[in-house]
Order: sequence, then structure tokens, then C-alpha cells
Amino acid sequence: MAREALLDIRDLSVSFTGYRGVSRVLNGVNLTVGRGEKVGLVGETGCGKSLTVRAVLGLLRKPRARVRGEIWFAGRNLVGLSAGELQLIRGREITVVFQDPMAALNPVFTVGEQLRDVIARSPRHQASERETWARAVAILKEVALPDPERILHAYPVQLSGGMRQRVLIAMALVNEPALVIADELGTALDVTIQEQILQVMRSLVDAKGISVLLITHNLGVVRETTDRVYVMYAGSIAETAPTADLFRAPKHPYTQGLLASVPKLTGEGVPRGIDGMIPDYLSPPPGCRFAPRCPFVQPRCQQPPPWVGVGPDHALACVLYDGAPTGLRS
Amino acid sequence: MSTAVAAPAADQLRRTWYAFSRNTGSVVGLAVVVIVVLATALAPWITPFPRHARAFTDFEHASLAPARPHLFGTDTIGRDILTRVVFGFRFSLLLGVVVLSAAVPTGVMLGLVAGYYRGWPETVIMRVTDIFLSIPPLALALAILAVLEPNLQNAMLAVSVMWWPWYTRLVYGLVSSLRNEAYVQAAQIVGASPVHILLREILPNCLPAVLTKMTLDMAFVILIGSSLSFLGLGVQPPDPDLGTMVADGAKYMPDLWWISVFPGLGILVIVLGFNLLGDGLRDVFGVEV
Amino acid sequence: MRYSTYLLQRMLLSVVVLLGLSALIFLIARVIPGDPARIALGPLASRTQIASLRTAMHLDEPLYRQYAYYLGGLLNGDFGESLYTRRPASADLRELFPSTLELVVYAGLLMVVVGIPLGILAASYRDTWVDTTVRLISLGGVVTPAFVWAIVLMLIFAYALGVLPVAGRLSPGVVPPPVVTGMITIDALWGGAPSTYFDFLRHLILPAVSLSLAGVAQAARLTRASMVDIAGRPFIEAARAFGISEARIALKYMLKPSLIPTVTILGLDFAALLGNAFLVESVFNWPGMARYGVEVILHKDLNAIVAVVMVMGLFFVVINFLIDILVGYLDPRIRLRQMEDAA
Repeated sequence: MAREALLDIRDLSVSFTGYRGVSRVLNGVNLTVGRGEKVGLVGETGCGKSLTVRAVLGLLRKPRARVRGEIWFAGRNLVGLSAGELQLIRGREITVVFQDPMAALNPVFTVGEQLRDVIARSPRHQASERETWARAVAILKEVALPDPERILHAYPVQLSGGMRQRVLIAMALVNEPALVIADELGTALDVTIQEQILQVMRSLVDAKGISVLLITHNLGVVRETTDRVYVMYAGSIAETAPTADLFRAPKHPYTQGLLASVPKLTGEGVPRGIDGMIPDYLSPPPGCRFAPRCPFVQPRCQQPPPWVGVGPDHALACVLYDGAPTGLRS
Repeated sequence: MSTAVAAPAADQLRRTWYAFSRNTGSVVGLAVVVIVVLATALAPWITPFPRHARAFTDFEHASLAPARPHLFGTDTIGRDILTRVVFGFRFSLLLGVVVLSAAVPTGVMLGLVAGYYRGWPETVIMRVTDIFLSIPPLALALAILAVLEPNLQNAMLAVSVMWWPWYTRLVYGLVSSLRNEAYVQAAQIVGASPVHILLREILPNCLPAVLTKMTLDMAFVILIGSSLSFLGLGVQPPDPDLGTMVADGAKYMPDLWWISVFPGLGILVIVLGFNLLGDGLRDVFGVEV
Repeated sequence: MRYSTYLLQRMLLSVVVLLGLSALIFLIARVIPGDPARIALGPLASRTQIASLRTAMHLDEPLYRQYAYYLGGLLNGDFGESLYTRRPASADLRELFPSTLELVVYAGLLMVVVGIPLGILAASYRDTWVDTTVRLISLGGVVTPAFVWAIVLMLIFAYALGVLPVAGRLSPGVVPPPVVTGMITIDALWGGAPSTYFDFLRHLILPAVSLSLAGVAQAARLTRASMVDIAGRPFIEAARAFGISEARIALKYMLKPSLIPTVTILGLDFAALLGNAFLVESVFNWPGMARYGVEVILHKDLNAIVAVVMVMGLFFVVINFLIDILVGYLDPRIRLRQMEDAA
């Protein structure tokens, strides 16, 4: 890729040592997000999406978790930075919008207090009370919250789920970071509210040119919101493509299975699930981790799969496309 | 050891023991409690001077510092402290057992009734419990001891009266959540009597929490009992009680320090044992008391 | 319910408790065998004297009337005359209660000022030697009765090392300050005698520390457990993800929610300090309510017993009420239960 990436994750592996053995969850993840891009990361529950987020932010506790690989952000490798340096980046250049807004807000402090503490982290922050307050009110208006003053004085328990989610978005965007990671945005809310939230997000990031990494298991959201998608399975990337291409012509067996399992409004075809379950990370399959469930599995799949390009910005990890003329699909 | 398939109950017991034994503190607690109980049971045979536990004087050997054969020394009228400390454990354990035997069944029964039968039995019982819990425990004990003679029995009565509300509250909370369990409703549908349901379905599920609390309470009751004796409101002389012994010795400090210090250590040991054991049970059963 | 309703309900409960306590003692007192008038006057009293005292004490009137007189007296602060000191019991209390109260207040301060930070420390350095040390100390504090600590500390510091005085509130030769409240801290500083205050502090250290140790231990344990629990909650990780500094997280975002369960139990411990103060006073010869309380019980001096018990009850109830206010402030959810999920 010729474009200079804002976030460049290279060969990220994360394992946990517990008393039952070593759990190798992330297994060589490669992912990039360019400036101003909206990138999706799709996968089912348990595939390691949230773990990737934590790794990027440096939130994994050292003795239990082992992180290998590189995470390049704005010219620096985040793996190996000191806690102090990481803290400077969090909340300012990379921020997160969390999945469950009630869980992410501290119940005993007002929204205003929590928002103020986040604003205080901005490098352009002026110490004045009044300016901080004005900034808080302004950002709440931008996320389309009515009566910002009342909300700033309120406690999280007094707000509805949709309002709390907008507050979290406000907290993530107020310092105008370069990258926002949205973890299952709106999953905890009604579908209609979720749609509103996504719209708010979209308009704000487009207006400010902020890059987004959208983590979700919801294919519909991905299709509408992102420019490029990564499909993740059991700790590594299965396929990546521009969004339209992926939905039009998925190539990896897992992606095909995913798309086939979603019911279509047109009513054609019966949705099919994928047999089997995600692997046990304590003793994962040696080669391709999808092999046990793959309808096209072959002996070669016992080796780690090759990374093959099949189109502009479209690549996947599968032996099926590795040049050899065995059972290809278009 | 039979090689046949272990019965489920025995297996459960073994697993509980396994979890329990991984924690050093719990095992230490258990060991201490077992040793103390054995020592009190065998007191007349294992102590060097069992007669010293009653009224006894020997002024020739009074006020001796710790040395053979009096490892803990003797008091001002010649009684061996070591013997008296071991016999003193008897009173501590007695107090604990009697108080809990009175308070626990009462409290548990009231809790069962209040939690299972909603409506006015519940309201009445829980209001009374709340009021009892709001009364300062020591004030209540003092009031009771004030009008009855200060002695061991009345001290036990006073402490029992302070104690039962905690069990009522604990069991009430448990029963309130358990009564919605599927097996309880199944029993109701089948037509089991409330007594059967309470005793055979609900009560066994309350036992881990109650047992844990009882163990921790032994420690606490012994602590309170020794405090009352220390003030002169519990066990009366010449009976050896750890609290009374500490009080007696306090007058002769610092010269005859052993008269107070060893009984004090005795209290520490027994309370520590029950406390560690109780904490261990709490971790193993995963209950909140 | 709204906060004010909540507070009102708690206040009502307190009043009910106090009434209940007074009724309880009253009933118990009337249950003792023997004639209170005869006991008061002693074995040599004549029948007429006893009869007139019985009338004066309303002993021949129906029970509910007696309770009414009794209650009336209580509300006026009149507890009757103490058999033991032959003075109004309220005068005895006014003389003795302040020193006990002073001891209890200092012990309580230690509990909070030493115990909570220790708990924070143990939680922040979890599973290190700091944590283990604090937990061991806490264990020791919880299992040892206050009077044993008193004796041990006295042996070590007053006798063996000789750095602190053995007993009493002030050294012989030091003039007590003019009595304003009965609490030397206030009186000495009010009267402008700081040296007296410092002498008092030297005498205060051992009793206050022995009294507070169990509470300090409990405070440390509770704070630690609370903070460990809160540390695992999602909003703490969220705060960290926003880049909020570890120090601010520990001291603001973790501490406030952790204090909620801690404060409730600590409140009970603080109230219990009054009871334990009795034990410590005996050891250190502290001129407070302890000896008086025990003696009047042994002498069956009913008026004085009622006075002592009611004062303890009042203290307990006031402390509980203050705790309720504090918890209501710390935990907005208690205040706002009416307004959950507005939209």
C-alpha cells in the first residue's frame, strides 16, 4: 500500500499465561488505518477484537499478558512505550468509545466532572474553568444532546441509554484525536437509537477528518459506515477489502459463511450458519485456525496460511487462492 | 480406601477440602481450632496442675516468673497460669457454643418464616429485627446485666439477645432470593407442605452462609465475652476465664507481667483460629456474610 | 424516595430506637425482685421513710404512669439521683462523659486517618510485600481485644521503653485547664495553655491507639477489599483509556465509590468504640465513664444505669444518623432513586 498509514498494526500476537496453560489469543494480526479513513473490524464474539483495542491502548497488564509485534502510530511503536508515554497518547490522540455506556461512566460523579477531566487532558487546554465549561457545553451540542447544562450536572443514572452513549462519544471526540476506536457502538441500545448514534458519529468524524476503527459483529453497520473492512477470525485477519468489494464478492470461506448467515430482505435463500465453534486458545489448530470448520479444508491447511492479494486493497489468508488451480471460486 | 465410584456427597466433600486446603491461613485456622478444642476436652489430663483451676492457694509458690515447672508463671496466690489458661479456653468455648446454640436457631427460624411467608409476619419480624440491630449492643448487654446478677449465665443471655437479629437478616435475604428458584416452585406445585419446603429445600441452601457466619461469630463472641469478663461482668472468680485473668493481672503491671500477658495471648490465639477458619470457609463457599 | 424523605425516615427510626431502649430498660428495671425504695434507703430505713420514698418515686401508680414520669424526666435530662454517688446522675455524666468522648473521638480519627490510607496502599500495591504486611497487621488488629493491646502497648512503651506516661490524662503537677466542655483538647486550647494540651497528648497516645487498633485494622481491610472490587469495574478501565493518570484514578475515581460500603461498616465500628473505651479506660486509669458504669451496675444503681445506657444509646443513634447522611452524599444513587432512567 502506498498510502501512509496512521495506525499500522504489524504481526500483533497476544498470549495470556494462566494456571491452565498459555492461551494464545491474537495470532499475528495485521491491520492499518489511514488518515481520514473509516475502517471496520468484523468478527464474532471471542475472536479477539476487543483484545486488539486493549493492546493498542496499552491496557494489558504486563505479568499476565505477553504482547509481541509492533503497533505503529504516528511514527512511534506503541509496543514498548512506557506507561507515562502511553498515557500521553490515550485520551488525546487515540480515544475509545465504549460499548456499554452505563458501565463506562463512573456512577458517583456527574457527567460534567468526568467530561471536565477528559478535557483537561487536551494539550491545548487552558486552565480556565469557564473555558472548560464552554468546551463541554459545545461538544455536547455537537452530539445533538438537548439542554447540555442540565446534563453536565446530572449523574449517569439519570440519563437514558442513548444520552449516555452520546456523552461517551462527546468524551471521545472533544480533544479532537487523530483516531477514534468505536467498540461495538450502540450494541447495547435499541436499533433505532443505534442508527441515530451512528449518524452522529459519522457526521462528526467526517467534519473533523478523524480516522475511525469501528469494531463490531454487526455486518449491516459495517456496510453502511466503513470504507474498508477487516474480517477477523480466532485471533488473526482472515480477509480485508474495500467494503463494497467485500460484500459483493467475498472470497475467504469464513467471510462467505458469515455473509450467508445473514437473512436477506429480498428473501432469497435460507440463511445458513457455520458448523462448529471457535477454537480453544489453549490448544489452537496448528495452521489455519478456521480449518476445522472450513468446507474446503485440505492437508495444506495444517500450515499457517499464506497472505494472498486478489484485487486492489483486497487480500486474504487462505491457501485456496495461492495460485494453485485447486477448487477456486471467483 | 474403596476403589469404587465415590458417592457424590463424598466427592463434593473432597473437592471442598481441596479448595479449602489451598489457602494457608484457613488450614492454620483449622489446626488452631482443633488443637484448642482438643486441649479443652483433655484439660484435666494434659495440664500440669489441674487443681489450680479451682479455688486453690499456695502462697509459697506465688508470683513466680515463667520458669520450669510453671511455664507461664504463677499468679499472686500461687496458681499455675498455664493450667488456668487452658481451662480458661473452656469458658470461652462454652460461651461461644451456648450463645450460638441459642441465637442461631432462633434467628434462622425467624428469618425462614419472614422470608417465606410474605405479608405481615415478614413486616413484624423484620421491623423488630431492625430495631434490635439499631440498639447499641453493649448498651443492651449492660442493661441486661445490670438487672440480673453479673455472672456467666447472664452474660451468655445478654450476648444471645444481641446476636440473633444478624441471623434473621442473613437468612431472610437468602430465603427471599431462593424462594423463586425452580425447585422450590416445583415442590410447591407437587403439594409439599411449607414446612417440608423450608426444611428440606431452602434450609440446606442457607447452610454454607450460616455455618461461615457461625464460625466467624465464635471469634467475635469470645472477644465480647472476654471483654465483659475483663470488666467484671462475666465469669466470676475463682473460675479461670481469660478476660478475668487479664483484669486481675493488670493491677500488678509491669512487675508481674505474665499474669496478664499469657491469658491475653490465649485470647488472641483462639480468636485468630476461628477468624482464619471462618475466612477460609467464606472463600470456599463463596458467600457474603 | 428523595433524599430528604430518606433522611427523615432515618431520623424517625432513631427516635423509635431511643424510645424502645428507654422502655426496655424501664421494663427490665421493674422486673427486678425487691423494692427499689428499700434498696435506695438501705436496710436501716424505717417503714415510713420507705413509704414516703415510694410515693415520691411514684412506685404505687400504674405502670404506664410510671413510664410517663420516667420519660418526662429523661427528656428533661433528669435521670434522678445516683445511689452510688448520691448526686444527680446527670451531674456525674457531665463530669465523666466528656473524657470518654474525647478518647473515642481521637481513636475514631486514627481509624480514618490511618486505616483508610493503609487500605488504599494495600490495594494499590496489591500482592506485593506492602499488601501482605498491611493484611497481617489488620489480622492482628481484628483478633486482639482492645484491652490486650492496651496492656501490651503499656508494657512496651510505658514500662520497657519509658517514653510515654503510664496512666491518667495529665502529669502530676500539671494544672488542668478551667472546665469549659470537660474535654481537655478544647479547654486547654481555649484557655490558651498549649503546653497543657501537649502534655495531654502524650497521655492520650497509648489509650487512643489501643482503642483504635481494631478499627484501623477493619478500615484497612474494608478499604482494600472495596478498592480491589472497584478496580475491576469497567468504568475504571474506561478512565484509564481516556488517559487519566493513575494517581487521579486511585484517589478520585476509585476512592469515592469504594468508600460507600466502607463508611457504613466503619460507622458501626466507630459507634462500638464507646463500648471498647470502657476496657481501655480501666487499663490506663482514664477518668471517664468506665469505672462509673461498671460500679453502678454492680451496685444496681438504676438511675445511674439508665443514664449510662441512654447516653450510649444516644451516641450510637447520632453516629448512625451522621453515617446515613454521609453515605447519602457519597452515593448519588441513594439520593436519586426516584429519578431512574428519565427517558
